[in-house]
Amino acid sequence: MKISKEQVEHVAMLARLELTEAEKETYTEQLNSILEYAAVLDKLDTKDVPPTAHPLPLHNVFRDDVVKPSISQEEALANAPDQEDGFFKVPKIV
Amino acid sequence: MLGDFEVVAGVEVHAELATKTKIFCGCTTEFGGEQNTHVCPVCLGLPGVLPVLNRQVVEYAIKTGLALNSEIAEFSKFDRKNYYYPDLPKNYQTSQYDLPICLGGYVEIEVDGVKKRIGITRVHMEEDAGKLVHSGATISTSDVSFVDYNRTGVPLLEIVSEPDLRSVDETVAYLEKLVQILDYIEVSDCRMEQGSVRFDVNVSLRPKGSDKFGIRTETKNLNSFSSVRRCMEYEIERQAEILSEGGQVIQETRTWDEGKGITLSLRSKEEAHDYRYFPEPDLVPMVIERKWVERVRESMPELPDSRRQRLLGLGLSAYDAGVITSSRDLAEFFDQALAKFKDAKTLANWVMGDFLGLLKAKGLLVQSSPVKPEGLAELLTLVENGTISGKIAKTVIGEMFETGKGAAEIVKEKGLVQISDTSALAGIIDEVVNSNPQSVADFKAGKERAIGFLVGQVMKETKGQANPGLVNKLLKEKLETM
Amino acid sequence: MDLTQLTAHELSDLLARRETSAVELVKAFSDRIDQVEENVKAFNILTRDKALEQAAKLDDKLARGEKPGPLEGIPMALKDNMCTKGVPTTCSSKILKSFVPPYNATVVERLAQAGSIMLGKLNLDEFAMGSSTENSAFAKTRNPWDLERVPGGSSGGAVASVSADEVVFALGSDTGGSIRQPAAFCGVVGLKPTYGYVSRFGLIAFASSLDQIGTLTKDVTDCALVMNVIAGHDPKDSTSAPVDKPDFTKSLINDIKGMRIGIPREYFGVGIDPEVDKVIRQAIAKLEELGAVVEECSLPHTEYAMPTYYLIAPAECSSNLARYDGVRYGYRAPESGDVVGMFKKSRAEGFGPEVKRRIMLGTYALSSGYYDAYYLKALKVRTLIKQDFDQAFEKFDLLLSPTAPTPAFKFGEKSANPLAMYLSDICTVPANLAGIPAISVPCGFADGLPVGLHLMGKAFDEGTLLRVAYTFEQNTDYHKVKPSLGVK
Ligand SMILES: [Zn+2]
Repeated sequence: MKISKEQVEHVAMLARLELTEAEKETYTEQLNSILEYAAVLDKLDTKDVPPTAHPLPLHNVFRDDVVKPSISQEEALANAPDQEDGFFKVPKIV
Repeated sequence: MLGDFEVVAGVEVHAELATKTKIFCGCTTEFGGEQNTHVCPVCLGLPGVLPVLNRQVVEYAIKTGLALNSEIAEFSKFDRKNYYYPDLPKNYQTSQYDLPICLGGYVEIEVDGVKKRIGITRVHMEEDAGKLVHSGATISTSDVSFVDYNRTGVPLLEIVSEPDLRSVDETVAYLEKLVQILDYIEVSDCRMEQGSVRFDVNVSLRPKGSDKFGIRTETKNLNSFSSVRRCMEYEIERQAEILSEGGQVIQETRTWDEGKGITLSLRSKEEAHDYRYFPEPDLVPMVIERKWVERVRESMPELPDSRRQRLLGLGLSAYDAGVITSSRDLAEFFDQALAKFKDAKTLANWVMGDFLGLLKAKGLLVQSSPVKPEGLAELLTLVENGTISGKIAKTVIGEMFETGKGAAEIVKEKGLVQISDTSALAGIIDEVVNSNPQSVADFKAGKERAIGFLVGQVMKETKGQANPGLVNKLLKEKLETM
Repeated sequence: MDLTQLTAHELSDLLARRETSAVELVKAFSDRIDQVEENVKAFNILTRDKALEQAAKLDDKLARGEKPGPLEGIPMALKDNMCTKGVPTTCSSKILKSFVPPYNATVVERLAQAGSIMLGKLNLDEFAMGSSTENSAFAKTRNPWDLERVPGGSSGGAVASVSADEVVFALGSDTGGSIRQPAAFCGVVGLKPTYGYVSRFGLIAFASSLDQIGTLTKDVTDCALVMNVIAGHDPKDSTSAPVDKPDFTKSLINDIKGMRIGIPREYFGVGIDPEVDKVIRQAIAKLEELGAVVEECSLPHTEYAMPTYYLIAPAECSSNLARYDGVRYGYRAPESGDVVGMFKKSRAEGFGPEVKRRIMLGTYALSSGYYDAYYLKALKVRTLIKQDFDQAFEKFDLLLSPTAPTPAFKFGEKSANPLAMYLSDICTVPANLAGIPAISVPCGFADGLPVGLHLMGKAFDEGTLLRVAYTFEQNTDYHKVKPSLGVK
């Protein structure tokens, strides 16, 4: 599989990264070489192999439905790049 | 307009669960609260935080699955659904993808006397997003928007139906039934006005008799049955128009403009969605032991359908049984009253009539009614044993609503005890008979109805306190001796 | 006596005997930092005032006759990807430059409870992505053994600070070798515990199913002491193992007679520096001499570990790093139009090239149409790699390899070629994929640069690793050699 520059642009859109023309070129080239390297996995027949998403075989980790204190509005907003009246403020959405 | 087309619809329902805390953190789920005060590092998605699943969410999901006749998965997991939006703190939603907690199932509906099963595809757990407030009238006319993350992480169930719905009526009946069930099993508050239940409606049309699906649209985030109805009617008409002119419906997501009563395309210039689901590495899978499922099953309340059947068996009309079981609170009220007052039909008449009438007049919900089930049973017992007349009872229940006092107390205070003493009534009857010779003559001439007038006169004289059955009996005896 | 050269257990003895004080320790290390930091550049931020305050309080306590706990009063520092309440936590990224967490990571809480004194936060490859710490947005940390060489990465600041005696110990994080490879490069002891042994709560995620916090210490005893404090179940981390934590110092036994050690031949393949190979062979001979039974073995899927890692880690990273969007915290690009524009510009300007490369790679690997071929495939191969280890551990108590195929390389030597850089983690990545513990201990020098001996054990069997590492250390002197802080 070869990644095209158009695919790189699409992926950058999905990842919300604005790329320069130069970056698009570089990433196209670099992603291709990494994926080429990853193609070695195709040698393995994994049809009947279950995937490992977690290294430890844990299951059923729950917490009780008990209210814990929240943080204050001031703390919540302390790191906000922009805020107003206790809200996070963002530019025009559409 | 529909002409030769048939409607095919399916619905995704998002219901907020009635847990005390959010799905992955200990913040309260309480509605309201000043913006960004029901938040913590976890639900704000701060760097480094990790989720821990609220057990009650899983329990409610199992309960819902059982109520919808679903299969409860033995193995289930969470996945990340990746997309960017400012109300989504991590820019992914922790949801379930290929292994949801409940699979299959159905809800039985009845439209125009015809019963039909609507298939459930799946039920899964996920987290809610935050709230956006726009500076302008709408999102697109706003220069800036404001984000409140209080609702972020409130647990949701997404209940997906099969495309089994064939009309607007069926769709609304399905949704009413589904919400009724969620209300019954107490997994959701179902406060539609607070947006705790939301509907995404998929609609397509196809030529009658075709077994292929047409191209569908999805209208998101409807929050009342009436919006669903109006939206579907609009969308059906819109699609029928396109199709009958030989055009093609575009598969897309649309939004409902409540004010204008139209749906609008939500197509964004940016992207076709690619959610890049993958297993949530920060949460471990769930192995739902059958013991747990059985324990939940045992704790299940009686569901609306079986409740309705039981009430029909007690002699209630289909209509009355339907109204009484329409909400869990009312059905519970009825059952609790029934435990103290056995005449189900009389009880139903009172509940359907005076009780609901007074509630409505006062703008109250069943659970906040000043008249409790035991209070109504007490009142009806007074009628049954002849202490007061039905007519007096109507006054008493009004008084009960006003003052919150018990029936017996009011009857005693106001001296409303029915006169059931023959000797006390004999004098009044004599008087009424003497002063109404015409009616007496009519009765004697065979006009049975004339006795009604005489009874009325006695009741009037006794300010309604006479026992009407006894008056009737005494009057007849008197007239026959004349 | 130079206090800064001592280990935690040595300093703790001095404190207990009241031959030094916590304030004296903070001042001594503070002076040492003033002396060497200009060359080493290990720290992103120093918290000396808080440290002095904390030390003074502790001295009051000791003056009342209370005995100090094992890490009480011991100066240390944290890789700057662990959240510290009220102290900036940057991940060495422009995007988090101004971020001040309102909460502490669990390990930070535990160290605070144990009375350790934090001197500051340490440099790393941006978001722990890298093998040389050259990907830091702020500074290039230098290898104390040769200032023209990298300290390794991503925990470069953490190892350099320990190696240069700026702190007694440090915590690092290890996703594919980020503790062990720099530990080898700088001649310190670095342990990556079993996945789930140390809580990840408050560790800024790179790849959630691989990340693990671990220790960087001057000897194996200190490693056990730090593990005693930081390991153990945490209800705030769903992937934290519900196991009882042993007393790790109980494993500090100078005896490995009959211990079965496997030497996986795949770890000695192409790319291994001959000098490194020689040093490792000598170490193996030493262990045999000490009574271990050594035998060559095979982990047949080793060659697939790197490509597997470079699909799984970027995929998880692409999602973990989605939250840096300029809305709630971190960098927001000015004048960037609508929300989508703001997201794209903030992330483009806030992240460095390696982070963006991995986000791109991971986004692609998860995207529609490629998921099965890349991500799912990698998860399946991960199973095979794990099975290799399971089988090997039926026969061996632990496995041995070099920590890195080469000693520390020069700045810029590999930064132009991402793949070449990735290959410096070739020996360390498999342990992360399998979730097993692994330790790097100093075992000699290649051309005057430290070489690390890499030991991999069964899940939750840190005890065996510590025992073998301790025995090796007690019978060699490599850990006592100090770096020159000059140019070779
Ligand atoms: Zn929260």
